[in-house]
Amino acid sequence: MINLMTGLKERVAGTKPRERHLLLCGGVPCLSLGCRQVKEAVMRELDNYKLSGEIELLEAGCIGNCRLGPTLIVYPEGVVYRRLTVENAKEIIEGHVLGGRLLEHLLHRDDLTNEIQRRREDMPFYRKQQRLVLRNCGVIPPHIESYMSNQGYAALAKALTELSPGQVIEEILRSGLRGRGGGGFPTGRKWQAAREAEGPRKYVICNGDEGDPGAFMDRSIMEGDPHSVLEGMILAGYAVGAGQGYIYVRAEYPLAVRRLEDAIAEARKALLLGNNILRQGFSFDVEIRVGAGAFVCGEETALISSVEGTRGDPSPRPPFPVSKGVWGCPTVINNVETLANIPPIILNGGEWFSRIGTESSKGTKVFALAGKIRHSGLVEVPMGTTLREVIFEIAGGIPDNKEFKAAQTGGPSGGCLTTGHLDLPLDYESLREAGSIIGSGGLIVMDEDTCMVDVARYFSGFNRQESCGKCTTCRIGTKRMLEILEKIAGGRGTEEDLARLESLAELLRNASLCGLGRSAPNPVLSTLRHFRDEYLAHIREKRCPAGVCPDLTRHVIREERCRGCGLCHNICPAGAISKEGRTFRIDPDKCVDCSACVRECPFEAVRGRKRRKELTRA
Amino acid sequence: MKRTAIKRKEKYQELDGVLEKYKGRKGVLIKALSEAQEMYGFLSREVLIHIACELDVPLSEVTSVVSFYSLFKTEPSGRCHIEICSGTACYVKGMQDLLETLEEEINIKPGEVTGDGRFGLSTVNCVGACSAAPVVKIGDELIGDVDSKRLKQLLGKYGHD
Repeated sequence: MINLMTGLKERVAGTKPRERHLLLCGGVPCLSLGCRQVKEAVMRELDNYKLSGEIELLEAGCIGNCRLGPTLIVYPEGVVYRRLTVENAKEIIEGHVLGGRLLEHLLHRDDLTNEIQRRREDMPFYRKQQRLVLRNCGVIPPHIESYMSNQGYAALAKALTELSPGQVIEEILRSGLRGRGGGGFPTGRKWQAAREAEGPRKYVICNGDEGDPGAFMDRSIMEGDPHSVLEGMILAGYAVGAGQGYIYVRAEYPLAVRRLEDAIAEARKALLLGNNILRQGFSFDVEIRVGAGAFVCGEETALISSVEGTRGDPSPRPPFPVSKGVWGCPTVINNVETLANIPPIILNGGEWFSRIGTESSKGTKVFALAGKIRHSGLVEVPMGTTLREVIFEIAGGIPDNKEFKAAQTGGPSGGCLTTGHLDLPLDYESLREAGSIIGSGGLIVMDEDTCMVDVARYFSGFNRQESCGKCTTCRIGTKRMLEILEKIAGGRGTEEDLARLESLAELLRNASLCGLGRSAPNPVLSTLRHFRDEYLAHIREKRCPAGVCPDLTRHVIREERCRGCGLCHNICPAGAISKEGRTFRIDPDKCVDCSACVRECPFEAVRGRKRRKELTRA
Repeated sequence: MKRTAIKRKEKYQELDGVLEKYKGRKGVLIKALSEAQEMYGFLSREVLIHIACELDVPLSEVTSVVSFYSLFKTEPSGRCHIEICSGTACYVKGMQDLLETLEEEINIKPGEVTGDGRFGLSTVNCVGACSAAPVVKIGDELIGDVDSKRLKQLLGKYGHD
């Protein structure tokens, strides 16, 4: 194995970056905040000072703490400069790189203590994580030489020289690794079934169709560490006896497609893909298939149809893909994060991996935090970490002094966790018991300003739009559920509607063809279970407590902001505003919705009636 | 060969260069359609017929694939195409305000094009930049943390007065 690695390293012939180098986060969120422009500015400055030959500027994948973006890390000190603009480039080069001064105003400060946190290791956001899957994300550039310098492809070399395919599967079985795409099926058992299945050829598919809106860990892994996914796929191919792999990526992720294409080309050149890999007699190649915008293609039978180039229609299971998949041949389908877990397991042993996590859920899980949260981004923690630790200790809690209301996990197939679930260990079983699912790990945090009826309506609209229409229950059921939710949000709902929603949900769960339809009711059932009083407020009192649903909101004066100046009272043409104690109040019967008071108030204390229409997707 | 077929051949020489590599291969229809759309901006009926003939696939099958996937467009968009992300994080953080702003400023809804053909608008199911929500994509440029004010500035940058 050592000889193999030396040979491989000679072929790849990378140079180690010098001690003094700069690392820029090139993840998609940072791109959207202008990191390209910062990069160009830094390069200009390096040129100006004739430093380009000496100091390398590397672009890594997502470093995870997106609130700091665009971010530049100066090595060897590892100092993190955050929220950069083009103007900061000059001072970093002049001040820090040349002058050796720390630029305090560009450093992150703790949310509570205001203490300066210079390096990643100083930030609670990183300190409490255990980065296994994200081991390379945002740490090294996504190229083969950097990957190899961080134990990359050592697991493959080990497997090809020391382990039989059966032993690889045994190692994965021992690790207890379960699918990270949402199903949670034991990966080792899937591989074993595919190995035992008979067929002329076998295939491995990497499911990178991260359709769950709000999840972006797979994108970050594909962009930031594409070789770990490739290595996982080659190992899967070796274990089950497949010769061809496909990576199915969403078209919405153009950067991921580009990085994977580059990685495949690099791997082919290093003899890690193609015929006779590392001259050990095993052949395997990988092709990218780009989706075209259909959520249902994340479902494995639909994904197979799409890989074959047709409509992504799901089909009944059994037969399961492990016995009859692409072109009718046995196919293993694994999620991106699952595959990225494989190399460290093979390298360190299944036993090592099984010591992380809980009894039934081994290893770590990457969560994508977004919504009303201070530090949005990627967080990787051992399975069984509590929701409170993730939201409050790692991600810094809810901004703007708002109250935590719910965390939505599992996207359109999942449900909500509430304040009562804050101490719930995050793993497959506990989340299922709480009426949600871990799903792919998207975690959208909602505060008191989010209406749960509206959230249910949002997901129902999503599921209705994405239903492929093949089976009647899903096609019509999702539409009827959406109609009922729109009726409730519009103030025309009755209590019988809630029972109707529940019975429709039951029907969809039992009679739909694929996972999309079967899980489509989850967001509705979960909000009904935890926020029934909010539904009842919409129905009985015709009131939206969060002030979101357009038909149920009125112009109101927010007491906490009102200073009692009386400007609104003076301008109101309908005489609807009167003094009430220290503040003013709007009489809903007299108000004509002209919004003059909203414009007049200098303290933004009047919350206007929303005139929002239904969300049209096109 | 019929005259119309000859004419079509001449018109789509560029596309034929792309289709050549896919001829006789399995499972390549989606790829071929994506490349054609990249070339022309949308898939006209004529282009679909041409692809069907060249790849020897029934037109009905080509159309069924095109109508299934939301990224395939059969109508031209504006010269500058705006996509508003409608992912969960963007929704919770106010993407609807952005749609309203666009309706006020350039008077279009998702799926429409402005009268002068300058701007086209659609929504997209999550571009995966949730931590910078709400996110807008204009042409190839992805912009995060957008509010109504910023969106108006962006419209100006792309030629709206």
